[in-house]
Amino acid sequence: MNDSLLKKHLNLYSEQLKSRRLWNILIFTIFVLSFFISSSIIDFNLSKIIEGFPRLGDYIVKILPNIDYNLIFENSKTEGSIKYWYFNFKKYAALLYETFNMAILSTLMGFIFALLLSFLSAKNITPNIYSYHLVKRFLEFLRGVPEIIFAILFVWALGVGPLAGIIAITIHTTGALGKLFSEVHENADLKTCEAIRSHGGNWASEMRYGIIPKVLPNIISYALLRFEINIRASTVIGFVGAGGIGQELYLVINFNYYEEVSAIILLIVLTVITIDILSGRIRQKVIGEMGD
Amino acid sequence: MTEKDVISLCPKAFQPFWRRSPIVFIGYIIAILYFLFCLHYFDFTLGKIFSGLSNMKPILVAMFTWSDFFNWNFNSIFTGLAQTLGMAFLGTFLASLVCIPISFLASRQIFKLGLIRFLIKRFLDIIRGVDILIWAIIYVRAFGLGPFAGLLSIFTVDVGTLGKLFSEATDNADTRQIEGMQSTGASKISVIRYGLIPQIFPIFISQSLYFFESNTRSAVILGVVGAGGIGLQLTERMKAQYWDQTLFIIILILIMVAIIDSVSRSIRKKIIDG
Repeated sequence: MNDSLLKKHLNLYSEQLKSRRLWNILIFTIFVLSFFISSSIIDFNLSKIIEGFPRLGDYIVKILPNIDYNLIFENSKTEGSIKYWYFNFKKYAALLYETFNMAILSTLMGFIFALLLSFLSAKNITPNIYSYHLVKRFLEFLRGVPEIIFAILFVWALGVGPLAGIIAITIHTTGALGKLFSEVHENADLKTCEAIRSHGGNWASEMRYGIIPKVLPNIISYALLRFEINIRASTVIGFVGAGGIGQELYLVINFNYYEEVSAIILLIVLTVITIDILSGRIRQKVIGEMGD
Repeated sequence: MTEKDVISLCPKAFQPFWRRSPIVFIGYIIAILYFLFCLHYFDFTLGKIFSGLSNMKPILVAMFTWSDFFNWNFNSIFTGLAQTLGMAFLGTFLASLVCIPISFLASRQIFKLGLIRFLIKRFLDIIRGVDILIWAIIYVRAFGLGPFAGLLSIFTVDVGTLGKLFSEATDNADTRQIEGMQSTGASKISVIRYGLIPQIFPIFISQSLYFFESNTRSAVILGVVGAGGIGLQLTERMKAQYWDQTLFIIILILIMVAIIDSVSRSIRKKIIDG
């Protein structure tokens, strides 16, 4: 390679390096600036962390159960056994069951509403463009507001209890699933619909026989994914009085029944993980069996 | 071709649904029955819903009558919004920093010890299993009310999620580039610096941005349990039944989330495209 060519390339390289360095410095400064601005806004400093962590440690030690490994299988009267820790197990199980049912009901209702609205908000199959924009904005609003805010509203209107939570989660689910479903519809092949139209089918039968069979596996797998999310949501929506095990957890935390806190949290984590695994299996099966 | 011929071509397709795929049919029946059972279990009647909605009516009316708009405490509202953004930014930023070394430890490419990898992965699973609101209550207990508890709960949950995603990204990195570095006799540090980091860094950044986006949403609800931000302002106003200000704050939240979404989406697109 001759010298001048090498020089040219070296110059080009160093120029590129320079501009890249400039960009990196700029981005770095922006990061540092926003770091300091945010820390000053939320009052983030080291002394607070140093002060707070021992208290956090104390709290965690307090809520952890006092289990004695020699007495672990004793009855519920002996301190140190699992039965003593979970003396309230029947109540928890009933509440977990209620939470599970809340998630089921709100997922199913949200699924139905979302499916009905998604045909209107999919660009390729919507009957007219106004309903498309209207429904799309409506769904955006439904999923934009956090479900716990809806829950507070419905606790005002319907009173304390699972009903408020169910309606709140249903609303959020409708918004979230409606968007996903209409995206699935938008990716669907429309040839079947054309065939149905050419045989004199109306819009409803186009949707029923042309779209649904094609999108069903995807839709069901999205609904299952939403069910997992709703299980999580319904465990915490009780914090505002909207039913489920969250209501009990909030109570227990506020009354400082320390060991019950860890008992309930452990149950929630186990439930969430179990349902995630089960529903993941089913999802794979649904996609595998109906996908082709 | 007569109708019969068509049917004989593919008899299964013309059978009634419950004979064509009995398992799916039974599944539908069970789902419908359980749905009805749930309605019964929660005593979910239309009458109740309608009476609830009629209770909503005065609330809705109050939401849309903004009478003393100029006397509202805008200072606290906008401080709340700033706090929410600050919580989300700092939480995501710190969690991303912590997750880089964690992901190296939890990834097959760099660290050969299986036991440590396994332990780290299960630890991250447990962190992720506890909902962000539960973390928030625990932190509020330890650090007091305010956005600091919110920041810590966002940080904690993000360590769980980003740790997993980062380590997966590191696992999926192309080994040829690393092998090439090793074949030149480079040290372990420079293998990581020049063989691995250029591959995974754009993924890390775009995932962090995505989580910043979703954390602005989570930061909104953390205020419900007292962990600061706009959610605290919102729930306070709901408790005091200032419904007009409630609606105003909800609209502000929707606008903020939409802006953050679009900005972060365009940045992510730029990073991924190079």
